[in-house]
Amino acid sequence: MCLGIPGQILAITDEARQLALADVSGVRREVNVTCIAEGPLEDLVGCWTLIHVGFAMSRIDAEEAEATLRALREMGEAQAALEEMEAGRAALTEGTAPGPTR
Amino acid sequence: MKYASEFRDPVAAKAVLAAIARTAEGIGATREKPLHIMEICGGHTHAIFRYGLDKLVHEGVEFIHGPGCPVCVLPMSRVDEALQIAARPEVIFTTFGDAMRVPGTQGSLLQAKASGADIRMVYSPLDALEIARRTPGREVVFFGLGFETTTPSTALSIQQAAREGLGNFSVFCNHITVPEPIRALLDDPDMRLDGFIGPGHVSMVIGTHPYDFIARDYGKPIVVAGFEPLDLLQSVLMVLSQIAEGRAEVENQYARVVPEHGNQVSLAAIADVYERRPSFEWRGLGEIDASGLRIRAPYRAFDAEAKFGVGYGAGPRQVAEPEGCACGAVMTGKIKPTACPQFGRGCTPERPLGALMVSSEGACAAYWQYGGARAAAE
Ligand code: SF4
Repeated sequence: MCLGIPGQILAITDEARQLALADVSGVRREVNVTCIAEGPLEDLVGCWTLIHVGFAMSRIDAEEAEATLRALREMGEAQAALEEMEAGRAALTEGTAPGPTR
Repeated sequence: MKYASEFRDPVAAKAVLAAIARTAEGIGATREKPLHIMEICGGHTHAIFRYGLDKLVHEGVEFIHGPGCPVCVLPMSRVDEALQIAARPEVIFTTFGDAMRVPGTQGSLLQAKASGADIRMVYSPLDALEIARRTPGREVVFFGLGFETTTPSTALSIQQAAREGLGNFSVFCNHITVPEPIRALLDDPDMRLDGFIGPGHVSMVIGTHPYDFIARDYGKPIVVAGFEPLDLLQSVLMVLSQIAEGRAEVENQYARVVPEHGNQVSLAAIADVYERRPSFEWRGLGEIDASGLRIRAPYRAFDAEAKFGVGYGAGPRQVAEPEGCACGAVMTGKIKPTACPQFGRGCTPERPLGALMVSSEGACAAYWQYGGARAAAE
């Protein structure tokens, strides 16, 4: 959770909420880009960034992204992050517990 | 050199290791009287074990594993309070997976989920916001955890919830800060620390100046480091060079990611949403002044502590650690995990007794994962 994972911004999905679609090791995930936005959000498309818990925190170059990913893979942290993203997706529709769910 | 082949650049690694050995010898560091270098970040702890860096460096350099794993320092009382909130029938309690197995006095979130509480693992507070939008009839609470790296994410989420008027979203805030526990460790008369490896991703947010006091007031070197093994070795060498030359400075080995003044957008969001608590409890370390954050009054509607009447001010603090565990001594680097009587016996990653065994960033779990056999042979 503390180590960021590199991802590449593919498209801006929600200007108002500063959300973008990112490719993280082949997995597509919506991320918040507030912390790396300097000009128009569209300029971020194609950028590599370090993503922490769904927030793009820093722009990095492609080489740095590759080196970081490699280190994270070797540490098992890349896989862990992808599993957490999957868990996050599942949590949106989870609804097994009792209680009002309207 | 068994692990060296795993370095992206084994030749460079070899050269740095040789320079570390030369410098350590020049300082007069030996196996009996080693230099104590503390890596603050749990991610660094994990990398050191993964690559066996503690065995590769000269024997006059000893890594002391700092309190930089936020899950590991989460006190039992806060886990208990999380369980209290999660037990409410209207609550959907959302958390990072790392926190699921941290034991409180009444068990863990994982156990509470198994007995029916609506506790959901999420990747991001963004997921919690989305759950809140989709289930307006329920109270969605996010377990806000972590150092300055994750603090902006909950700050921005609270700002977003405020903009949308999302009244059923709140954060149970346990965010903590890196510099204050370092000061506490430096003030501890039992600690002998010769230098620090500073956290990379935390520093990406806060910059390098919050560490100035370490060099200025305590005369110790600190080098902010990246996560690749070569980054860590280079940083160790930079710390040793400072010691050898009688310098104490804040240096930045990870300048390709860490700007000197941090990330201004993140810092502004943190300052807008959070303020310092007078003190906050750290598992194994006790209360540390000004080391934790709470939600400011204008965002009180999004503060789970206020909403559900739990937390600081709501009851007695300081819950003892489980019997026979040595988490405090391990966390302050006074003993190695293997010296804990529970290590590998009452305490394993599958059934953790102490929080240091819970996450791969915890020193005990890292020892167990990569050093089980090695530790047995020692
Ligand atoms: S082995 Fe378990 S009980 Fe002992 S110090 Fe480590 S986490 Fe704590």
